[in-house]
Amino acid sequence: MTNHWIDLANSDCILIMGSNPAENHPISFRWIMKAKDKGATVIHVDPRFTRTSTKADIYASLRSGTDIAFLGGMIKYILENEKYFKEYVVNYTNASYIVGGKFDFKDGLFSGYNKEKNSYDASNWAFEMDETGLPKKDLTLQDARCVLQLLKAHYARYDLDTVSSITGTPKEDLMKVYEAYAATGVPDKAGTNLYAMGWTQHTVGVQNIRAMCIIQLLLGNMGIAGGGVNAMRGESNVQGSTDQGLLFHILPGYLPTASASVATLADYNKKFTPVTKDPLSANWWQNRPKYIVSFLKSMYGDAAKPENEFGYAWLPKTEDGKSYTWLDLFDAMYKKEFTGFFSWGQNPACSGANAGKTRAALANLDWMVVVNLFDNETASFWKGPGLNPKKVKTEVFFLPCSAFMEKEGSVANSGRWVQWRYKAQEPVGDSLPDGDIIVELFNEVRKLYKKPDKKSAFPDPILNLKWDYVTKSKFDPHLVAKSNNGFFTQDVTIQDKQYRKGDPVPAFAMLRDDGSTSCGNWIYCQSYNADGNNMARRDNKDDSGIGLYPKWAWAWPVNRRIIYNRASCDPTGKPWDPKRVVVEFVGEVKDGKWTSQKWKGDVPDGPWYPLRNPDGTAREDGKLPFIMRVDGRGAMFGPGMKDGPFPEHYEPMECPVEKNLLSPQFTNPVAAVYATERDAIKTCDPRFPFVGTSYRVTEHWQTGVLTRWLPWLIEAEPQLFVEMSEQLAQLKQIKSGELVIVESPRGMLEAVAIVTKRLRPFMVHGQEVHLVGMPYHYGWIWPKNGGDSANLLTPSAGDPNTRIPETKAFMVNVRKKGA
Amino acid sequence: MKLTRRDFMKVSGAATAGLALSGLGFDLSPVQAFTWELRTKDAKETPTICCYCGVGCGIICHTDKKTGKVIYTEGDADHPINGGSLCAKGASAYQIAQNDKRITKVLYRAPNSDKWQVKKWDWALKEIAKRVKGSRDKSFVTTNDKGQVVNRCNGIASVGSAALDNEECWIYQAMLRSLGLVYIEHQARI
Repeated sequence: MTNHWIDLANSDCILIMGSNPAENHPISFRWIMKAKDKGATVIHVDPRFTRTSTKADIYASLRSGTDIAFLGGMIKYILENEKYFKEYVVNYTNASYIVGGKFDFKDGLFSGYNKEKNSYDASNWAFEMDETGLPKKDLTLQDARCVLQLLKAHYARYDLDTVSSITGTPKEDLMKVYEAYAATGVPDKAGTNLYAMGWTQHTVGVQNIRAMCIIQLLLGNMGIAGGGVNAMRGESNVQGSTDQGLLFHILPGYLPTASASVATLADYNKKFTPVTKDPLSANWWQNRPKYIVSFLKSMYGDAAKPENEFGYAWLPKTEDGKSYTWLDLFDAMYKKEFTGFFSWGQNPACSGANAGKTRAALANLDWMVVVNLFDNETASFWKGPGLNPKKVKTEVFFLPCSAFMEKEGSVANSGRWVQWRYKAQEPVGDSLPDGDIIVELFNEVRKLYKKPDKKSAFPDPILNLKWDYVTKSKFDPHLVAKSNNGFFTQDVTIQDKQYRKGDPVPAFAMLRDDGSTSCGNWIYCQSYNADGNNMARRDNKDDSGIGLYPKWAWAWPVNRRIIYNRASCDPTGKPWDPKRVVVEFVGEVKDGKWTSQKWKGDVPDGPWYPLRNPDGTAREDGKLPFIMRVDGRGAMFGPGMKDGPFPEHYEPMECPVEKNLLSPQFTNPVAAVYATERDAIKTCDPRFPFVGTSYRVTEHWQTGVLTRWLPWLIEAEPQLFVEMSEQLAQLKQIKSGELVIVESPRGMLEAVAIVTKRLRPFMVHGQEVHLVGMPYHYGWIWPKNGGDSANLLTPSAGDPNTRIPETKAFMVNVRKKGA
Repeated sequence: MKLTRRDFMKVSGAATAGLALSGLGFDLSPVQAFTWELRTKDAKETPTICCYCGVGCGIICHTDKKTGKVIYTEGDADHPINGGSLCAKGASAYQIAQNDKRITKVLYRAPNSDKWQVKKWDWALKEIAKRVKGSRDKSFVTTNDKGQVVNRCNGIASVGSAALDNEECWIYQAMLRSLGLVYIEHQARI
C-alpha cells in the first residue's frame, strides 16, 4: 500500500476491484464504512456479488480476466471528458514527455516484438531526449507524440460497446463507475482503490495494476490522504518477507540480486544505480551503493572489506535473463533438477497453480524439509491421492515450529506498519521458534564445512557469514532487528555529529558506501535506533487529523505513513486539499521566496524545498515528488514492463471466446508458459466451456493449514464448494447441495454445489458466458471429505513481469457427480 | 467522553475503592461483580499481532500465570486499526495456542516408507545438514558455461515464508544465500 488501512476513511470514492475485503480483509471494512458514513461512494467491481458488493453504492460485474478492458474504458472516459487533474498531471507525471519515433502500436503488438524470442526490445519505447539529456516535453500536452496524446490514442478503441462486450458489464454500470470515480480528478477529492489477487493472478496482472496507476496519476490521487494504490496483503508478514528479500530477484530492501554478467561490486553499482541529469529529481536510488555495501557488511561482518568488495563474490549469481520464480522452480523440480527442498511455513502441494504438477514434482526429490505447525498436503504428499508410498523415494523431515504467540518479533502489515509482537506462552511440545531452527540448522551445516573435506564446495560464504544472533543459547530477534536497523562499524563524524563504533544508525540518510555502516535492510533503518525499538511503540494518540497514528509502531520508510506525500501539495508546497493535509511546506518567506526549509505533517518524501516559491517562480533546489523514480515523475508511459509501456487487453490464456475484440493479438504475446505434459492449456475447448475462478472465505486462510485444524473455523466452512448461477444449474440439472465434479485440462475435483444469485451469466460477444467459483482452502489431508485444492485445476501460466500464475481465470466443466 | 480500554480499566479499578461515580458518572458495581468471575482475572495480558491476513490487527493473549498457557485471546481495544474487533479467523487465534492437532514432535519419513517416525531435534538437524552439504557440494557451480563466476547451488530450492517474523525472514535469506541458493521464493509470488 502506498497509504494504509486507516487512511481509507479519508477517501471520497473507494474502488474495490480484484478483491473482496469484506470477507478476506474484514477489519479493513471498519475504515471503508467510516468513509461511507462520511458520504464516500463505495464501488465494487467483481465477477461475483459478494459481501463487499452488499455494502457498495455501485456494483458492476465483470468476466474474470477483463479488468484492463474495463479500466481502459475509464482512461478513455477521463481523457475525452477532460476529467483529469491537469496541474498535477503536467507537473508530477510524464504525461508531457515526447515519446521517440520507434514507438508504435499495431494489431495488438507494441513495436520491438521479437516472435522468435517471445519478448520485446524495450529500447523501442524510449523518450526523445533534448541536448541536455532530458526527455523533451510539451507542457501544453498537445503534441501528438506526447504521452498524454498517445494514451488517448491508445485507449480510443476502448469504447463502451466494445468494453461491455468483452467484460460482460452492462454499459450503464460501466458509466456509473466511470463517472463516480472520475469525479475525484479535482484538487479537493480523493479516490482510492483496493486490490488483491483478483488483479495479480492473471497473465496481464502487472498491467492491471499499471492501468490503475495511470488512472490515479490522471486524477491526482497519488500521495494524498484517501488516495494511493493499495494492495491488500494476504498474510500477516508477506509484506515483511518481501521486504527481507525472500524472492529470487531481490535482496533485503528491494536491492536487485546479481546475475552472472554483474561480476563485481563496481559492475553492480554501475548497473543498478540510476543516473539523472535532471536537477529537480531526487533520484533516491542513486544511494544504492550505500545500501548494498551496508547489506554486505551485515551479511559478512568484519570479513566484508573494501579489498574483497565486501564479500560481493560470495553472493550467488543468477544466469542473465533466466527466471527462477515459483512456476520455474516447480518446473525445474518436475524435471528433476533438485535433490533437496525446503518448504518453510508453506504448503505448495495446495497453494500454487497446477498443484498436480507440484505434487508430482515433490516425488522427484531426494529429501525435503517441511517446517509447519500442522500436518499438511506437502509434508504428507507421499501418502496422498493416487500415490503409493512404497514408490516414493523422497525423504521428509517435518520440523514443528512454534506459533506466533510463542515467540517474539516483528511483522509488517499491508500499510507498511512494522509491529512488534510478544511471547504469551512457551512453545508447545518439542516445537521451536523458526528463528531457533534456522540458527541451529545453519550451525550444523557450518560445522560440516569447518572440517577439512576435499568435496566441500566453496565454503567461504558459509564460513564468513555473520551469525551472532543468539542470547543465552536462544535466537534473539532483537539482535537481528538491531542489525536490520544498522550500526556504525567504526567511529564516524557526520555533519559535526560523532557516532561511535556500535552506535545504531539513526536513519538511512546516514548509511555509507565505505563499510563504515552495517545495515541488513536499509528500509528498516530507524526501526530500532537510539530511541529504542520503535516497532514496539503503542502510543495510540493521533494529532494528525487524518489518522496517521505516527507513534503507533513504526512504518517504513522513516515512519512515513503516506508514500509520495509531497504530491499532496501544489508546486509551491501548499496542500491541494486544505481539509486533508498530509504535509505542508511551512518555511519562512521573504519577498515571495522561501528562505528556510520546513515541512509539517507526515514525514515528507525528503526535506527539500518545493518546486516553486510562493510567488510562483521556479526554484533550482526544489525536488519532484516521485523520488524513487529516476526522473521524479509518475510514469503513465512505463518503459519498465516486459509487455508494453501501456496496458493492453488480452484474453486469459484459457478463455471462453475465440477472439480478442480489441486487436488480432489474442493473448499476452509474452506471457510465461511451460511445456511439460502437465502444463496443458485448452482455450475454447468444448469440453471445458465455463470460466473458473478461485477465491477465499472469511473463515479460512490460504491453503487452510492454519484454519482447517481449528474446530471453530472448520465447523463454519467445512468443505469445498463450487458456486454457480441459477441459469447454469438449470442447464446442467444441478441442485444446491448436490455433489458435482469440476474438471479442467489439469485436474478434477469433487465439490458441493451452491446455486446462487450471487453469480449471473455474462453477455460476452453477444453470447451467454457462465462462470463458476471455488475457494482454494481445502486439501485431502483434513478434514475427511473436505475436498481437495482448487489449484489442482488452475494453469501454470504466468504474468511476463512477475510470473505470478493465472489462477483467477481458467476454463472448466461442471457436471453432476455420476452424470 | 472517549475512553480507551485501558482508561476504562483504570477507572473501573478505582470503582472498587468506591470512586465509581467520580470516575464514570455511573455505578459500576454490577459490572465489577461480574468481571470478578471471569477466568482471565489473574491472567497476564500480552499484546500480539494476528497471524492471518495483512491488516495487522492487535490481539491480546491472556496467559494463566500458573500453567503458563494462553487461556483466552481477544481483539486489542487500544489498537488503532481494529479497536478491539476481530474477524472469524482472528477471533479463533486461541485455538492455535491450544490445539491437540499441532505437530509437537520432530517427524521423519524414510524413503519408500509409509509412516512417520518420531525423532529428536539433534538427530534431525544433523541429518538435514548432511543432506544440505551433499546436495550443495554435488550441484555447486563456480562458473557458468560462459566462464562467468556464479558461485551458485543449483540442486536445492526453497519456498517460504510469509509466516515468519521479519527477523526470522532475514536470517533465513542469509542462510539460503550463504549456501548459494537462487531458487528462493515464497507466498508473495502466488
